Amino acid sequence: MNIKNTNQRLEREIVISVQNLTKKFGNFTAVDCISFEVKQGEIFGFLGANGAGKTTAMRMLTGLSHPTSGKGTVAGFDISTQTEQIKRTIGYMSQKFALYDDLKVWENIRLYAGIYGVPDSLIAPRTDMLLKQLGFEKERDTLVKSLPLGWKQKLAFSVAIFHEPKIVFLDEPTGGVDPAVRRNFWEMIYQAADKGITVFVTTHYMDEAEYCDRVSIMVDGRIEALDSPKSLKNQFNAKNMDEVFHQLARKSTRNSD
Amino acid sequence: MNQFLAFVRKEFYHIFRDTWTMIILLVLPVVMLILFGFMMTTEVKNTRFAIYDPSRDVATQGIVNKISMSDYFIFSGYLDSPDQIEDVFRKDKIGLVVVFSERFYENMMHTGDAQVQLIADGSDPNTAATLTMYASSLIASYQQDMMGEVKIPYQIKPEIKFLYNPTLKGSYNFVPGVMGMILMLICAMMTSVSIAREKELGTMEVLLVSPMKPVQIIISKVVPYFVLSIINLATILLLSVYVLGMPIVGSLSLLILISVIYILVALSLGLLISSVAKKQMIALLISAMVLILPVLMLSGMMFPLENMPWTLQVLAHVVPTKWYIIAVKKVMLQGLGFSYIYQELIILSSMAVVLIVLSIKRFKYRLE
Repeated sequence: MNIKNTNQRLEREIVISVQNLTKKFGNFTAVDCISFEVKQGEIFGFLGANGAGKTTAMRMLTGLSHPTSGKGTVAGFDISTQTEQIKRTIGYMSQKFALYDDLKVWENIRLYAGIYGVPDSLIAPRTDMLLKQLGFEKERDTLVKSLPLGWKQKLAFSVAIFHEPKIVFLDEPTGGVDPAVRRNFWEMIYQAADKGITVFVTTHYMDEAEYCDRVSIMVDGRIEALDSPKSLKNQFNAKNMDEVFHQLARKSTRNSD
Repeated sequence: MNQFLAFVRKEFYHIFRDTWTMIILLVLPVVMLILFGFMMTTEVKNTRFAIYDPSRDVATQGIVNKISMSDYFIFSGYLDSPDQIEDVFRKDKIGLVVVFSERFYENMMHTGDAQVQLIADGSDPNTAATLTMYASSLIASYQQDMMGEVKIPYQIKPEIKFLYNPTLKGSYNFVPGVMGMILMLICAMMTSVSIAREKELGTMEVLLVSPMKPVQIIISKVVPYFVLSIINLATILLLSVYVLGMPIVGSLSLLILISVIYILVALSLGLLISSVAKKQMIALLISAMVLILPVLMLSGMMFPLENMPWTLQVLAHVVPTKWYIIAVKKVMLQGLGFSYIYQELIILSSMAVVLIVLSIKRFKYRLE
């Protein structure tokens, strides 16, 4: 979208750095020796078919799972030894919907703000600002279960960056919504990136891949391609990311689930 | 602390906003206590009985009068032949049939060998046993009256007194059992279901990525149910004292101490179940199978453990409710002090420690 902004982002410091990261479950190598770097404010797409190892890799980056071998840092903290510090500096929005259905909009916001240790004095003004930005002022007291899915996802994303993390991890954030709503959602991701928040996003929608600054494509636990969408399309001589992805995914020997 | 409060507050929202949770937590205990306390008693009153009496003499008449006059029995009628016995059991609501031998009085006076047969409905053995026991003692007491004039050289006259529950009220037995069951149900089932729910909805993942430590998550998940259990304990005790008229003879603080330890055991059982179950439904099923059934069957609440095969008796040792009920009865009914229940306290405390350690370990292990 905004090429000038994109170039600026690429000049910033490295916030995620991974070398030869591997995770084995018994004989099965879920993540096989992957290496990459992500810079501050970058939107980094993490692509792969189901079962390619995206989620496992992301779990290691977010401190949920220890690597079998290899090393990495997130926000300058070691992913094997400093998971506590990592958890404090990142935001996370999961594949499944992450807010509580039976809590009101403002209660959800306050819950996560509390869990991430946002000071009480900041919660109220920030909540007001957030609801205003989203145009949700009237929904403050609405139970989340009665919001449409697209709204829920916007809210979940806003909650995930409410404590102003350095990096936000999005695990298939837009599952189940139509392209128009997805584009709308991506506007928010761009706003966050412009504020300097690094966005690490997994997805299997190829139209979303086009929105990323850089994408990596995982096949059978390995990163098979890593570059900007534009260069990848040139490299594979493809019209869109969908073709790039399918050329790579054909190599897969694993059954996707 | 802020984290913790935010989380506990959320947990209370979940509880207060779900109608079924509220019903299980607040209405169920009251209903169960009242049901068990009033209806499911083993007391036998006003049971109808029939007579087959080919003799129809002074002695048989005396015995029939004696039985009819007691609180336990109501005279329903004479049968014309023994063939009718099974019939009356099936058709009429008869609990007992008394059959006299022929020439009853004559035999009694001359040979000293008169026979009475008591027939009860054995498909409900507990009631049958109670009924025949009552009837035999009434017959024996008739005999006493008869012998009153004649001096017999020696006479053994047992006088039975039931300690701690002099009027043999069924509720005295059930209240401790119901307490054990309700607390187990609320603590174990509700915690396991509420944790399984977070897993099912995917919110657990988000919590685990947050700066909250797993132990903190567990504790803040459990605290609301602990608080509610204490409230329930208070309700049950108030109800049993003021509605069922059950006394608390011993020390109240001791009773609360045992209950708190028991609640901890139940909560950690719930945690353990939730570490196995990924879905609410599974947590519910496991709770029902693993907890509620043994609690009902093997705690001594409904069926006396002494009469069970030894394998079941051994199994009953691992049912925490058994020890809880024993301790509660000792304190509540017998008014015994700390030195009499330390054994139960030690057993329950060690169960709590083992289960808490086990469930926290399992919870951490699951993160890998």
